[in-house]
Amino acid sequence: MGSVLEQLINGLGTGSIYALIALGYTMVYGIAKMINFAHGDIIMVGAYVLYVTVVQFKLPVIAAVAITITFCAVLGITIEKIAYKPLRKAPSLAVLITAIGMSFLLQSLALLIFNANPIAFKSIINVKTVKIGDIAVSGVTLVTLLVTLICMIALSLFISKTKAGSAMRAVSEDKAAAQLMGINVNKTISMTFAIGSALAAVAGILFVCQYQSIKPTLGALPGIKAFVAAVLGGIGSVPGAMIGGVLLGVIESISKAYISSELTDAIVFGVLVLVLLVKPSGLLGKNRIEKV
Amino acid sequence: MAMLTIKDLNVYYGVIQAIKGISFEVNEGEVIALIGANGAGKTTILHTITGLISPKSGSIDFEGNDLIKIPAHKIVSLGMAHVPEGRRIFAELTVLENLKMGAYTRSDKKEIDNTLEMIYKRFPRLKERKNQIAGTLSGGEQQMLAMGRALMSHPRIILMDEPSMGLSPLFVSEIFDIIREISESGTTVLLVEQNAKKALSIADRAYVLETGNIVLSGDAKELMNDDSVKKAYLGE
Repeated sequence: MGSVLEQLINGLGTGSIYALIALGYTMVYGIAKMINFAHGDIIMVGAYVLYVTVVQFKLPVIAAVAITITFCAVLGITIEKIAYKPLRKAPSLAVLITAIGMSFLLQSLALLIFNANPIAFKSIINVKTVKIGDIAVSGVTLVTLLVTLICMIALSLFISKTKAGSAMRAVSEDKAAAQLMGINVNKTISMTFAIGSALAAVAGILFVCQYQSIKPTLGALPGIKAFVAAVLGGIGSVPGAMIGGVLLGVIESISKAYISSELTDAIVFGVLVLVLLVKPSGLLGKNRIEKV
Repeated sequence: MAMLTIKDLNVYYGVIQAIKGISFEVNEGEVIALIGANGAGKTTILHTITGLISPKSGSIDFEGNDLIKIPAHKIVSLGMAHVPEGRRIFAELTVLENLKMGAYTRSDKKEIDNTLEMIYKRFPRLKERKNQIAGTLSGGEQQMLAMGRALMSHPRIILMDEPSMGLSPLFVSEIFDIIREISESGTTVLLVEQNAKKALSIADRAYVLETGNIVLSGDAKELMNDDSVKKAYLGE
């Protein structure tokens, strides 16, 4: 029984990282109606920035984390400005291909600067393993759960209670009507990319603390899994991304432990296929008719 | 000097010319009706005024501001509100959140609250439903919300696009009563309507549009008695 719970908590840990990344996909989709396939690579950039600031510049952890988050937020805004904004009125296929290109560009840049060899990175989270009865929970998992919980609560409050958050919701519903209210749509889109990328940076930090190794393709798999999580939860839905991410992590962890570790990814994607067969808009997605 | 002056406006959708060199003006305190059939260009004119569409040529002067050079999101703070066709309320936001969006550019909390009270007085139904998700309102209530949302910016001129569209006759009368009240409280109104009879009954002056041209204009009461208007738009 204890080990099931342990697997469950581990699953929650990875799942909450997926959820943080999925939030970026879903928010950007909600506002800009595009899938930002370069989003996963922000995680990788975050990991490298953390490595550079902690190991090479020997900055204190708090400062390094702050720099990492800021760097990724600015990177997110910049990517939107130079790559996606000029394509606002272009067909969605063009935007999709650009996003994939941006993903390759980020990976290649990392390859150029840091080369392909994985860099070992010692976790910056120094919290001891906690034992409750016969359940052992690692410090990294605990911190991951706590940090994601705080991020999600803060984000939910921001979206539902603040003026900027309401403006974001208004823009995601109707850009023209939002402009008539005096909302600057470009600024709102920038803000969305900044928040999404900042959350990806946090996810990146938690991710390298868990796996303790950095390479240029580090963001690809968690990125695609988080995308799956966002679709599972209903793309465009913020609570959907949270639930989808956590669910994905738990399914992954349980199937790894009890079914087969080789089949884990197949099971995860199988769940996605199943959910989409039954509910094409995802768990919390709305059956909205796309306006042309 | 008129409050709003449109001069030689030409608007294209691709190669199709939707507005063909239109000029008209709105004086402070007036209710101006733009009437005409579907596709005459009425909505296009309003969208061009508030910056949602860029014209090919012409000028739009609002109290000395050249609106063509001003981005759409900066126009509401000049004192111009636009109630778009089809209401375009934010269906997933609550009634209160929608109203607050209308006051997005204002910062004085106390004044915003005063305006909100005034709107609740004018639309008691919105007050009763302030915490309801706006998408669940009836069509007439959504129209009231769209008007209330526009009034939240405390505009000096309000542009209304087909406010009676799709409403029951009872609601149509109510909506026109409200437009009259808005006008009486000192706000200038530019009204686009397919319901020409109702529009002319509350307007001071009117312009009749046909496929991108103004074909007739003048005093609303006189237009109501004009034979060609009667035949084409009033169904008499």
